[in-house]
Amino acid sequence: MRDPKAPLIPERDHNKSPVLECVGLGIDFGGLTAVDDFNITISPTEICGLIGPNGAGKTTIFNLLTKVYNPTRGSIFLEGNNTKRYNTKDVNKAGIARTFQNIRLFKNLTVLENVLIGLHNEMDYRLVQSIFRLPSYWRSERIARDRAHELLSIFNMQDIADHKAGSLPYGSQRRLEIIRALATNPAILLLDEPAAGMNPAETESLMEHIGEIRDTFQIAIFLIEHDMQLVMGVCEGVAVLNYGKLIAKGTPAEIQKDPRVIEAYLGTGGQADA
Amino acid sequence: MLLVSQLINGLQLGSIYALVALGYTMVYGIIKLLNFAHGDIIMVGGYIALFSLTAGHFHPAVAALLTVGGCTLLAVILEKLTYAPLRFAPRLSLLITAIGISILLQNVAQFFFGAAPRSLPYRELFPVGSVTIGEFSIAYTSLVTIILSVVSMVALTILVQRTKLGKAMRAVSEDTEAAQLMGVNVNNVITFTFAVGAALAGIGALLYGARFPLVTPTIGAMLGLKAFIAAVLGGIGSIPGAMVGGYAVGLLEVLTVFAGLSRWTDGLVFLVLIIVLLVRPTGLMGRKFMEKV
Amino acid sequence: MNEFKISMPARYIINSILLAAFIVAGLLITQSGLLGRAQNANIISVGIFIILAVSLNLPTGYLGQLPLGHAGFMAIGAYAGAIFWRADLLPQNASIVAGLLVAGLAAAFVGVLIGIPALRLKGDYLAIITLGFGEIIRVIINNFDSITGGARGLHGIPRYSSFVIVYLCVIICCVAIHMLMKSRHGRAILSIRENEIAAESCGINTTYYKVMAFAFSAFFAGVAGALFAGNIGILVPGEFDFMTSINILMIVVLGGMGSMAGAVFAASILTSLPLFMVALNEYRMIIYALMLIIVMLFKPSGLLGTYDFSLSRLLEKLIRRLAGKKGGADNA
Repeated sequence: MRDPKAPLIPERDHNKSPVLECVGLGIDFGGLTAVDDFNITISPTEICGLIGPNGAGKTTIFNLLTKVYNPTRGSIFLEGNNTKRYNTKDVNKAGIARTFQNIRLFKNLTVLENVLIGLHNEMDYRLVQSIFRLPSYWRSERIARDRAHELLSIFNMQDIADHKAGSLPYGSQRRLEIIRALATNPAILLLDEPAAGMNPAETESLMEHIGEIRDTFQIAIFLIEHDMQLVMGVCEGVAVLNYGKLIAKGTPAEIQKDPRVIEAYLGTGGQADA
Repeated sequence: MLLVSQLINGLQLGSIYALVALGYTMVYGIIKLLNFAHGDIIMVGGYIALFSLTAGHFHPAVAALLTVGGCTLLAVILEKLTYAPLRFAPRLSLLITAIGISILLQNVAQFFFGAAPRSLPYRELFPVGSVTIGEFSIAYTSLVTIILSVVSMVALTILVQRTKLGKAMRAVSEDTEAAQLMGVNVNNVITFTFAVGAALAGIGALLYGARFPLVTPTIGAMLGLKAFIAAVLGGIGSIPGAMVGGYAVGLLEVLTVFAGLSRWTDGLVFLVLIIVLLVRPTGLMGRKFMEKV
Repeated sequence: MNEFKISMPARYIINSILLAAFIVAGLLITQSGLLGRAQNANIISVGIFIILAVSLNLPTGYLGQLPLGHAGFMAIGAYAGAIFWRADLLPQNASIVAGLLVAGLAAAFVGVLIGIPALRLKGDYLAIITLGFGEIIRVIINNFDSITGGARGLHGIPRYSSFVIVYLCVIICCVAIHMLMKSRHGRAILSIRENEIAAESCGINTTYYKVMAFAFSAFFAGVAGALFAGNIGILVPGEFDFMTSINILMIVVLGGMGSMAGAVFAASILTSLPLFMVALNEYRMIIYALMLIIVMLFKPSGLLGTYDFSLSRLLEKLIRRLAGKKGGADNA
């Protein structure tokens, strides 16, 4: 459990690589193959993008990584450990945190409470200690609250800590979800369309923040995004998915030139309709 | 021989449960509501049959029609007044409302008709006697009950699978919003589903009256609960499942009584339900569905 | 506006003094003979229903599930406590405390036993399973007449449920659940209600917390059951049927799911109402049912919503307002 004197940002061992590795990952729903033979490696402080047309299976991959769905085939390695036997909460404890495409905040709770729930496993007092309000409760709660405020300050949200999460504007809800995910102290952060519904100015500032988060927390970020400007601007590696299959991987520059990617987005020949 | 007649007995009881279970299953299939008040609609049906025969001196066929019609009308009114305004409310609110309606119907009935059981002159509704096949005989009521339930199920299956309205029902059950966008009048479809379920409950009320000809304000509660168990056991949302579940509960009850365990019957029915749910959370014939993330 | 806040230890001291004063005042009133027998019995049963409602509020209001077998847990506690008390193993005071613990633990044990499998199922299915379980408990109690007295009832239970005992249990129940909810464990329970998938993605062991909430709730239902036994002295299985579970649920729903103050308030009103409105008794259940439906239609969050009463907050407001007035006067 967390040492109260430990630094806010934990030191990570960067010789441990890669942070995430998928080998031959696939899932079938009934007879339909939603994802097939998905391979990727993400290094400890990499920002990696996952793009592809609608319905290509991007979110399904996030659901597989976080064990919301159980893979039909293949393996996921997190810092070298196979996550085969993990469920969603084990995956989070092992170091994967995520946000959701359709925001899943704890809407009727305050902003602060949302972050505190993210910090749940960083606190260590037990049931009895909370009911009798023993010193470990007070100490642990105080540290957690300080940390929550610190995390909120990333997006300048500490002043609205007492607001109901559900009452926030859309963009703030997306940012709060990122903070809540960061609170669980992940090694890799999965962002599912973080810029969806944001205006260009907000997207711009989000891009800066994504880089900042990677630098301060020294974590890997794997993000699904439709905003190509964001993907090309912030990602170091990009994977392209079409019909559940990985069709290209590389740097943003390589991806932009890749004929298979252009085909996937624009269709074959002159049938471009995008 | 005794066992065979007990089995027929069980099938008769099971048929009634199945008919009532169909109502639960259809409503659940379409708006994901466990309609707690469904059993109490049967109770109301029982009183309508009772009074149209004893006070109204109607022809039995008219009494039967009044019963089925009355149940249907009541269900439609309740749906419009209480469930429809809650269409977008949390499901817990809907469930609690259904529980409230159930208590309301029971207590209103008790207020007007008293708690004492009244006997239903069921002999006016059903021919008395039995058919003899070889060595054993089947009472007409058993025969009518079993046949009527099978016919209802077949009719319902055809309705759901073959007609335009049935297609609309399946569409609403699959994805309410998408169905609405495709031009399905969701409100009408839901009301219609309630009406069909209640009509079946009305038939169930008559058949139940033939088997246990005493009407009290609480007959619906236990019958509803058993039918509801049947629906869940068979896999809620599934029409054949409701039938299978109904027969299973009916036979289980009759057989436990036959085995001299009548005091444990209710407990055993629940126990079987719990075991089935734990092994197959969606019931014997239910579909698995996943939450979209 | 100056942000006046009463410090944490001060809040605890203020609240403790008030609770102690409440117990002493209640004791004086009940002992004084000012109230008749019926009123005294009513005060006791209000207390018992407060415990039942506050404990049911945990899985319904906070966890967001709908268990329909609360009367089952109450029955287990009632019989466990009554049988323990009748055995007369310990001196009276020790026996009372031990009996209540036995009652609570027995109910909590069964709660865990039922909870582990039942909580794998969601929403409606959980409601059905707990309903079925409540009925099974009743069938079992009915059939094991050698221990439980069966349908004839269990007689000669010592009348241990005095005002002080019952209301100490009320306070312990409310305080324990309050402390639980204002901790990381309570927040975990709330997060499951709000969004289970997101809760799991935050590393919360949802199964564990569901079972914990269930067990906690069952424990206090069991304690309330024992107090119930000690209040009337006779137990019959019919007391713990589905309608009893529904009655408790009604209190929680009307008070506001997720509001402890609401549960206390609604339990007091609904339990003592019949005493004041004897004439209305015939309509009572009709009125309750209508209230339930109307509340769901027009104010689904219940009378008090998720509002929780806090004395210290009230004091803070009062002091702030006084200070504000003074400030205003100075300015003028």
